[in-house]
Amino acid sequence: MKQQLQTIANEASAKFEDVKDMKSLEEIRIQFLGKKGRLTSILKGMGSLSAEERPVVGQMVNDVRKQLEESIQNIKGELIRKEQEENIAKEAIDVTMPGTSLHTGKKHPLTQVLDEIEEVFLGMGYEIAEGPEVEMDYYNFEALNIPKNHPARDTQDSFYINDNVVLRTQTSPVQIRVMEKQKPPIKIICPGRVYRSDPVDATHSPIFHQVEGLVVDKGVTMGDLIGTLQVFAKNLFGEGTDIRLRPHHFPFTEPSAEVDVSCWTCGGKGCRVCKNEGWIEILGAGMVHPKVLETCGIDPKTYSGFAFGLGVERTAMGRFNIDDMRLLYENDMRFLKQF
Amino acid sequence: MKAPIYWLKDYVDINVDINELAHLLTVSGSKVEAIEDLGKSIEKVVVGKIISMDEHPDADKLKITQVDVGKEVVQIVTGAPNVNVGDYIPVALVGAQLPGGALKKAKLRGVESYGMMCSIDELNLTHDYLPDAPKDGVYIFSNEPELGMDVKEVLGLKPVIEFEITSNRPDCFSMLGLARETAITLNTDFKRPEIIVKEKGKGNASDFVSVSIMDSELSSRYAARTVTDVKIEPSPEWMQRRLAAAGMRPINNIVDITNYVMLEMGQPMHAFDLKCVDGENIIVRSAQQGESITTLDGQERQLDSSMLVIADENKAVAIAGVMGGENSEITSETKMILLESATFNGASVRLTSKKIGIRSEASTRFEKGLDSENVIPALNRCAQLIEQLGAGKVTPGIVDCYPAKPEPVKVQLNDLEINHLLGTNIEKEWMIKLFEKLEFVVERDSMMLTVPSFRSDVRVIADLAEEVARFYDYNNIKPTLLSGGTSTIGRKTHSQKMESLIAQQMLSLGLYETYSFSFTSPKVWDRMRLPKEHALRDAVVITNPLGEDFSIMRTTTIPEMLGVIKTNYNRKVEEGGFFEISYVYNPIKDQFLPEERKVLTIGLYGDTDFYYLKGIVEQLFVQININNADFSPEKNNPSYHPGRCARVSIGNTDIGYIGEIHPEVASNFECPNRTYIAVLDIDPMIENSNMEKEYSGLPKYPAIGRDIALIVNEGVLVKDINAVILQRGGKILEQVKLFDVYKGEQVPEGMKSVAYNLTFRSRDRTLVDEEVSKAMGNILHELKTRLNATLRE
Repeated sequence: MKQQLQTIANEASAKFEDVKDMKSLEEIRIQFLGKKGRLTSILKGMGSLSAEERPVVGQMVNDVRKQLEESIQNIKGELIRKEQEENIAKEAIDVTMPGTSLHTGKKHPLTQVLDEIEEVFLGMGYEIAEGPEVEMDYYNFEALNIPKNHPARDTQDSFYINDNVVLRTQTSPVQIRVMEKQKPPIKIICPGRVYRSDPVDATHSPIFHQVEGLVVDKGVTMGDLIGTLQVFAKNLFGEGTDIRLRPHHFPFTEPSAEVDVSCWTCGGKGCRVCKNEGWIEILGAGMVHPKVLETCGIDPKTYSGFAFGLGVERTAMGRFNIDDMRLLYENDMRFLKQF
Repeated sequence: MKAPIYWLKDYVDINVDINELAHLLTVSGSKVEAIEDLGKSIEKVVVGKIISMDEHPDADKLKITQVDVGKEVVQIVTGAPNVNVGDYIPVALVGAQLPGGALKKAKLRGVESYGMMCSIDELNLTHDYLPDAPKDGVYIFSNEPELGMDVKEVLGLKPVIEFEITSNRPDCFSMLGLARETAITLNTDFKRPEIIVKEKGKGNASDFVSVSIMDSELSSRYAARTVTDVKIEPSPEWMQRRLAAAGMRPINNIVDITNYVMLEMGQPMHAFDLKCVDGENIIVRSAQQGESITTLDGQERQLDSSMLVIADENKAVAIAGVMGGENSEITSETKMILLESATFNGASVRLTSKKIGIRSEASTRFEKGLDSENVIPALNRCAQLIEQLGAGKVTPGIVDCYPAKPEPVKVQLNDLEINHLLGTNIEKEWMIKLFEKLEFVVERDSMMLTVPSFRSDVRVIADLAEEVARFYDYNNIKPTLLSGGTSTIGRKTHSQKMESLIAQQMLSLGLYETYSFSFTSPKVWDRMRLPKEHALRDAVVITNPLGEDFSIMRTTTIPEMLGVIKTNYNRKVEEGGFFEISYVYNPIKDQFLPEERKVLTIGLYGDTDFYYLKGIVEQLFVQININNADFSPEKNNPSYHPGRCARVSIGNTDIGYIGEIHPEVASNFECPNRTYIAVLDIDPMIENSNMEKEYSGLPKYPAIGRDIALIVNEGVLVKDINAVILQRGGKILEQVKLFDVYKGEQVPEGMKSVAYNLTFRSRDRTLVDEEVSKAMGNILHELKTRLNATLRE
């Protein structure tokens, strides 16, 4: 019987070698371990054994059963793994195919630049002020020290609604409206749409956008203006950016300056973008004219302030290397997608 | 203002190179726009004289010439038809550089040629610069310059700086003004020309003419001199070259002298033929309504009473400060002239020149307001040059009408205040010296400064601060960051944050942001199918638009959004989704300013439909937490498809429309047939959005779902079915979801099947079937009663 058990074990092992799939494995299991299986039939024959032999052989049968069951379990695991591997191999996909087409939109380049500018100044403690685009001549000109027939009105050819109302030519009237209502300290930027009677071409548009800044407080100096503009320029155009101020004339600031930034393309060495000058004009700025403060009921003996303004279109065109202003207002999807 | 550097050097020493000069002047306030070198890429071109000329043996059109170029005589073969023996001509020698390239020795039909006679084209010059040059052929010098001399020297082909002069500095619209700035910038000396008039004529100017100013507001000073024995001829070469380099065309000696003085001193001058001035009396007066004058350019100009003219007893002879009249023009016959030097009201000249459409060198100066103290020096300078050039005999005396001599302006120099404003620590002595160089009179005891008459821009201490700052150099001021100021918090307002959030949602829903013009054409109303008296037709009108297309402020954004869609559709972009947040402008009765309303505009075309657009709007409402929005059918909006438009409201406020654009409107705007647009007011959205958020517990008990399909009349709105279900479902009704609407087979004609999935759940217990069945019974009963809805079998 001992001999018989060994033979069964050996035969089973030999059959296991050839197992290809679950089905044949199950057949082998039934053949050896099933109700009518060979091992079971040995157990059935145990009745003929002596009382001494019975536990010994029983132990032997159990050992062989355990051995066979273990083998079956191992082979089963192996088969499952194989099957999974085969499936996985079949399931391979071309990961270089494009992803599912999802759409999110894009911010207009002007908004992107505006957002960046706002972020810089919000971080420096400024608030954002807004005002009407259809504006009183008084706020757009008179209160800014530009009386009727002032030659400065020539450089800002305006659209008139009537003698008293214009489409604002600058965002500066917002300054006046804020100063009339609010006592210093005032720290605001005023982004917005402005209008000048320039026909549409590659570098002009009758509608464009400005961001105006205004600070009024005790002891505000021109040094503060320069420092602020430096921080701004570095934030917007990169840490290595320098600024250069040139005296200029604006009726509502004194001293007044035009502000250049070192060319973002060549860094100041001179290239096509900066017309070999190394500098690109970007801002107008100055110390708020005492007359303007007075007009708004702020005593220029106690308070001083600075103001600055920049064109958003020009900045965006520089930043993104856009060569034609009309593209900004055409809204061609193929253009908008690029930003 | 174009300033030839060599001219500027008459009045100031320039000890730096031209690029450095340009930089230094720019940062001290005289902005250099451009540097132009007229002699750029011209080398080894000299004056030559043709000493002989022979026929070419093998070419009819060529001539063999011997040309004396000073040090040597060279043989040049030329085809120029206009040269003769004895002519002085520009000669490019072998090895010369010309704008067109280098010149080499050549053989022309077998004869060697060692140079080229140059036309003005070959020297890259124009007839404006050399008006006496022939149209074709070689340039021939009108005088006899030294042989071998560099033509750049002879023709003044030298660097010219073009300055941008701001409107507050009319004094810098002159060589002397720029020289003064240059001298201070470079710390060198400023030298004025010495003006001495010999007055060799007979009698006195007052014998020939008198002057009266009718309105001293419009002309503060008018001075005149007379000149007899005038000999009109071309002005000398040097003067012509300087005028041309400064951008003015040489005409004749008298006109050139007046222009020369204008460029030099900033005071425009005018010369009248005295013979043409009737009654020996110059009257400065307003023009009469209906009066006209033919100006020097041959155009007849209609005048009105807002314009100032120079007149004699019978007629206007010039438009003051703008242009002279043809009737008193200097001609070759002129024997006696009247020289005018005057100041006119800047605003008046500016308006007149604008109305008439002439912007002359004179008017651009006058309109900025000129210094009446400069009138006599300029007049004398003019007289001096006339004498020097032998153009006539200056009559002794000046007729000077000066009804409004201005008081000198004084400003106190407070160095502390200036340093305080600039954030600097500049010494008082440095400031005093600067103001002296700027020709302010400084009273050291009182620190009172008398502002020179030519600096009408300096009136208050801030103006003094600018003078100090610009010569100190703005860029030497130490940058600081509001160290002494009050600290402030920078933040957006709630509305500003919400607007950003709305834009962000539009982007994440796949829409591209656009920027469109806010003015439009009144023609869009008809294209939008708006009836005659429609409220949107009431727009803010621009009185001086850039054309009809840009003549009114928009009251709706639909035309611009359709414009965006048209552009993309025409350019074969298959589909598109856009949004814009911008204003519309609605006039308010009896108020100066219109209402400016911010709206969100959404536009879609391509593979899309009404429900896609509605989905976008609904998703926006979810994100900004608006839960009382309502969409109701709108048949009466003329611009939309009457069956595919909804009025959107929040609570009781209508906020706009969404829908498919009416096919006729779409076609009027050249848009595809299925174009979808929503226009929604931003403010009510922000007011009704509840951004306060609070957590409510997650459900603990299971839900029970029920599906129902209802048969209702085709015209019954889903919105009304929803309302009934919600109303009758009771507290346990958690969710109502429409999942199918069907018309066709198995549904009777005129009816539709509407299928819902309802979810019931209680927050505090597990529901039993009976509760749900009871709720369903209530719902179905009410649907039957109110909407005649039956369950589909």
